[in-house]
Amino acid sequence: MVRNTTLGSRTFDMANIVILGLLLISCIYPLWYTFCVSISDKSAANAGLVTIYPIGFSLTPYKEIINDRLFFNAFWISIQRTVLGTSFSLLMTVLMAYPLARPKKDFKMRNTFMWILVFCMLFNGGLIPWYLTIQNYHLINTIWALVLGGGVPVFDVILIMNFFRNLPKELSEAAVVDGAGPWSILFRVYIPCSIPVLAAVALFLSVYHWNEFFNGLVLMNTSDKYPLQTYIQQLVVNIPVGTNLTPEQYKKLSELSNRTLNSAKVFIAMVPMLIVYPFLQRYFVSGIMLGAVKE
Amino acid sequence: MMRKLGHQKHYYLMLLPGMVWLVMFSIVPMFGILMAFQNYNPGAGLLQSQWVGLENFKYMFQLNDSKTVIVNTFIIAVGKIVLNLLIPLIFAILLNEIRSLRYKKLVQTVVYLPHFLSWVILSTIVIGIFGYYGVVNTVAGMFGFDPKLFMADSGIFRQLLIGTDVWKEFGYNSIIYLAALTGINLNLYEAAAIDGANRWQLIRHVTLPALTTTVVLLGVLSLGNVLNAGFDQVYNLYNPLVYSTGDILDTWVYRLGLQNLQYSLATAAGLFKSVISFVLIFISYRLAYRYADYTVF
Repeated sequence: MVRNTTLGSRTFDMANIVILGLLLISCIYPLWYTFCVSISDKSAANAGLVTIYPIGFSLTPYKEIINDRLFFNAFWISIQRTVLGTSFSLLMTVLMAYPLARPKKDFKMRNTFMWILVFCMLFNGGLIPWYLTIQNYHLINTIWALVLGGGVPVFDVILIMNFFRNLPKELSEAAVVDGAGPWSILFRVYIPCSIPVLAAVALFLSVYHWNEFFNGLVLMNTSDKYPLQTYIQQLVVNIPVGTNLTPEQYKKLSELSNRTLNSAKVFIAMVPMLIVYPFLQRYFVSGIMLGAVKE
Repeated sequence: MMRKLGHQKHYYLMLLPGMVWLVMFSIVPMFGILMAFQNYNPGAGLLQSQWVGLENFKYMFQLNDSKTVIVNTFIIAVGKIVLNLLIPLIFAILLNEIRSLRYKKLVQTVVYLPHFLSWVILSTIVIGIFGYYGVVNTVAGMFGFDPKLFMADSGIFRQLLIGTDVWKEFGYNSIIYLAALTGINLNLYEAAAIDGANRWQLIRHVTLPALTTTVVLLGVLSLGNVLNAGFDQVYNLYNPLVYSTGDILDTWVYRLGLQNLQYSLATAAGLFKSVISFVLIFISYRLAYRYADYTVF
């Protein structure tokens, strides 16, 4: 890099460091604030006295959470759906990506299937038909509604397909000469060569499943079936819909919420993401770039 | 060659589970679109319900709500598209000018984080910060301002939505620009500096041109999102007091369909969105292919 040491240039450098520092703080402060509220004294938190450090100290919310059966239940459901949903989607994705990565001369129907896939990615029947379909399959209120809901992420199929296509042809040709069929080529050659991409896709899928709340809200009828995000969402949004709410009533409603307890729950819900984040970071940059790979 | 053709049945077999899923969960619901042209009666089902032609669409466009939500959706979505292209661009350029590698890495690590947190979590935090007893009012109070109900103020709700969305995504969206920046030949900077270019001129004439293709391509590809204002975010942040500026197509469809059980009307509104989005995405892919040689598959 060129070193430019004029006064203007140095001022720019200083200003730049400060601006980026402020952006950095803007991303970390909200999380810190939530943590501070969660361990602050209840009355201080409710009166809005917390700013940059906890006021008073109390672990009461965390003690309450330990005794909250519904919270742990929701946490467990989230873990289940993340593990099951990610494995299911990843398997489907890999199985679809391999045949679609074959050239047209090897797999005649390739383009037809590709168009069906892309059509399904770009067009959908909308919320109500989707809901009624899942209802017809009797999946409502079962974990399978959440697991299968993620299903085949077409975008990830295309991503892995592009990666498979860019693997050297010699790999599969050599395997064919050695007498390998499509299944062993996929599982013994292609998959071992694609671990970083598959890891990236698996991480994206698990982030999706962990963060998803809407299917939990719509497809589960009882709160003991809610995944964690839906459970948290129910704590916060309990404003009656469709009523003639006045600002005064809104203010009253927000006074009712237990800020320290809610903050503690939100913070605990963030922890798993904060733990996997360093691993995630290793893969997602390469993952994004794969999406831009051309034919 | 014969052997390879023999592989085809295995290819079909591999596609089978995924295709079954697509038929069950993606194609079967598409037939539900017929509800939009019926007076759907859940007891009678799709086949027995009364056909009403375009009545649902006519009725929908007569409602005042429909105009409000379409306008809101469009304004919020376009605001997000534009700022989500430009702010990450500026951020990437600024980050590129940082000399300390460790500082650069630290900033990157932290600003990517909000992307991975859900709107359920983040909206709780946003309400905690902008709420009546939130930190914004606390700090404003120190300077003698009266506390305000930010979350119930329809005058600033759209700005709040766009602002928090850009805040959540700017770091993550900058990754693609940063990748484009690593491709710049450093000799270009040297040569320009020898010719007497200052910092601003280097950015203007070397860094920025390297990013124009990416910006244009991302802009074209985001065309399909002009009716996607972000359900998760709006649903978790809004309340009846801000419906006039914050209610969007997706949240409206949700309330019509799953809360008021007006299945046909909600399906019609959803179809309106799906069709427009589909056409726009199709156009954007064609444009991206023609002008940037970009293919999705």
